[in-house]
Amino acid sequence: MRIKIYVPRDSSAISLGANRVASAISAEAEKRGISIDLIRNGSRGMFWLETLVEVATPQGRVAYGPVNPEDVAGLFESDFLNGATHPLHLGLTDDIPFLKKQERLTFARVGITDPVSLTDYVAHAGYRGLKRALGLSGADIVKEVTDSGLRGRGGAAFPTGIKWNTVLNTAADQKYIVCNADEGDSGTYSDRMIMEDDPFVLIEGMTIAGIAVGATQGYIYLRSEYPHALQALNEAIDVAVANNYLGTDILGSGKTFHLEVRRGAGAYVCGEETSLLESLEGKRGIVRFKPPLPAIEGLFGKPTIINNVISLASVPIILDKGSAFYRDYGMGRSRGTLPIQLAGNLKHCGLVEKAFGVTLRELLYDYGGGSASGRPIRAVQVGGPLGAFLPESQFDTPLDYEAFAALWAVLGHGGIVAFDDTVNMAKMARYAMEFCAIESCGKCTPCRIGSTRGVEVVDKIIAGTDHAVNVQLLRDLSDTMLNGSLCALGGMTPYPVLSALNHFPEDFGLNNKQQAA
Amino acid sequence: MTLQDRTRDVIEASITSNKDKPGALLPILHGIQDNIGYIPPEAVPVIASELNLSRAEVHGVISFYHYFRETPPGKHTLQICQAESCQAMGSAALTEHAKALLHIDFHQTTGDQAVSLEPVYCLGNCACSPAIMLDDEVYGRVTPTQLAQLIDQARKGQ
Repeated sequence: MRIKIYVPRDSSAISLGANRVASAISAEAEKRGISIDLIRNGSRGMFWLETLVEVATPQGRVAYGPVNPEDVAGLFESDFLNGATHPLHLGLTDDIPFLKKQERLTFARVGITDPVSLTDYVAHAGYRGLKRALGLSGADIVKEVTDSGLRGRGGAAFPTGIKWNTVLNTAADQKYIVCNADEGDSGTYSDRMIMEDDPFVLIEGMTIAGIAVGATQGYIYLRSEYPHALQALNEAIDVAVANNYLGTDILGSGKTFHLEVRRGAGAYVCGEETSLLESLEGKRGIVRFKPPLPAIEGLFGKPTIINNVISLASVPIILDKGSAFYRDYGMGRSRGTLPIQLAGNLKHCGLVEKAFGVTLRELLYDYGGGSASGRPIRAVQVGGPLGAFLPESQFDTPLDYEAFAALWAVLGHGGIVAFDDTVNMAKMARYAMEFCAIESCGKCTPCRIGSTRGVEVVDKIIAGTDHAVNVQLLRDLSDTMLNGSLCALGGMTPYPVLSALNHFPEDFGLNNKQQAA
Repeated sequence: MTLQDRTRDVIEASITSNKDKPGALLPILHGIQDNIGYIPPEAVPVIASELNLSRAEVHGVISFYHYFRETPPGKHTLQICQAESCQAMGSAALTEHAKALLHIDFHQTTGDQAVSLEPVYCLGNCACSPAIMLDDEVYGRVTPTQLAQLIDQARKGQ
């Protein structure tokens, strides 16, 4: 029997040499006259162990990592094809504590299957959600999603079912499903992983959405920085079309849904939904006023569901296992699971899917293993460049939308970036303003001008010029941006700025007494 | 075929294959930049005429998006991530190292037209910071030594 060996095709694994490892394994097997099946799976999301090579054994998949091309001959020599021991031997993959403690629902197949194999997808419970949805009315599909408690995973946490219901109940000759795959937040990569490592689950989720509300056309708006995701999505879409899972008369149901990937062009603001729609229409990505809501007048003026990748990719399992199954995970009003992305200065960076309620401290230390540099973790930024910085005193906060809102912080898309004690928080505040200035679409003044003035004011604070006056000015400016901006870019840039100022006043040349005043 | 002929053919081919799509402008621009590395100024009036837009509208779209460029890039494009996760792992020093090695700043191209240097705000490789992208390849946990090797290889391979 041919032995199955798995080497990820995920771009993060490739960035650490997975393609060279795969070539080395093929070459070594050929040299030794051993026939193997080399499968390019997705990543398990344990990036400190990439390139993670797995071998299928009767006991289960055995992992070796991190493997470099020069380790390959030694692995063969040690009989890794039978799961034998070796300095890089990690035991059964499923027993690695980082993975074992997770609750993978949306990421159930990620790292296990060949991302572009429809056979593999179907063999691992794929397309069961769609098959069930095809037997339900649109209203019943929407009800399942509403009852699951799923909230938008892009960051705004708006209830997905309510959005869908608006589109369902808005009559129109054409409706659209748009997937927001413009994952621009630093510290986030769960959308990328889904698209590269299990693209069919996104395609299935969008197809279910289309059937639910009567939309026949879908677009995935993908950021230009993700060439591997583009490749995987297009491969998977072609396979889905060829096998009647997309197109006209899907699986003989008489329903139609077409899907196309469109590339963005490096504008962060296009992650804002109305700006994204403008961009899809071929225009500058300038934010629109709301109302009208995209659910009523969206793409090309038609009712449009616009959801994040993870929101849509969570729909198949909700339809397959029912809303109650999903809703039973989580805490408070945050139902289900959140794919959390550990990034920055951590020893064990990777993807952790857990029910809401896990604390930051558990994630940083139990999963993340503490800082990579070995120095104390001083601050973490949760939720991307528009998310607040949290100091050590807030690390016991559970991941829950409301618990974070109570601290004047956000969960956003679930990205967690850790900084050790070498970080200068005044510089981070300056960077937040600078980033806003670079990426502002320019439509509203608080964001366009406020961010540029913000950089200047922070510079003056750092230089000690009219210190007290400029600290107050920064607060006033943040207040204007917070309350006067048209969208979250200008409206949330004050989160990192003010949280840095409030929690780390010493970096701004303030002592705690001045801060209190 | 002269360079001008090839450029014209690329522009026309991209317009022909994309113009009937709804919201065709970005796909057309991508089609051109994928093939010749930038959007040449002579493309603007042709696209405007085919899509029934003004030249200003087409130019406005090209200039809005960081990814589209109006001048030819070097043979290779090196992007260094400037976002928070990479900052936490030393991207500022890596950036300075690249600038010193290439003797250029961001948005510039080396004198021999070999390498263009660009900032990028997140490559989605935040679990392996600091990250860079050289042409279409992403590299993670990049050390200054590795960066120098990659630049060297790119220059030799041209």
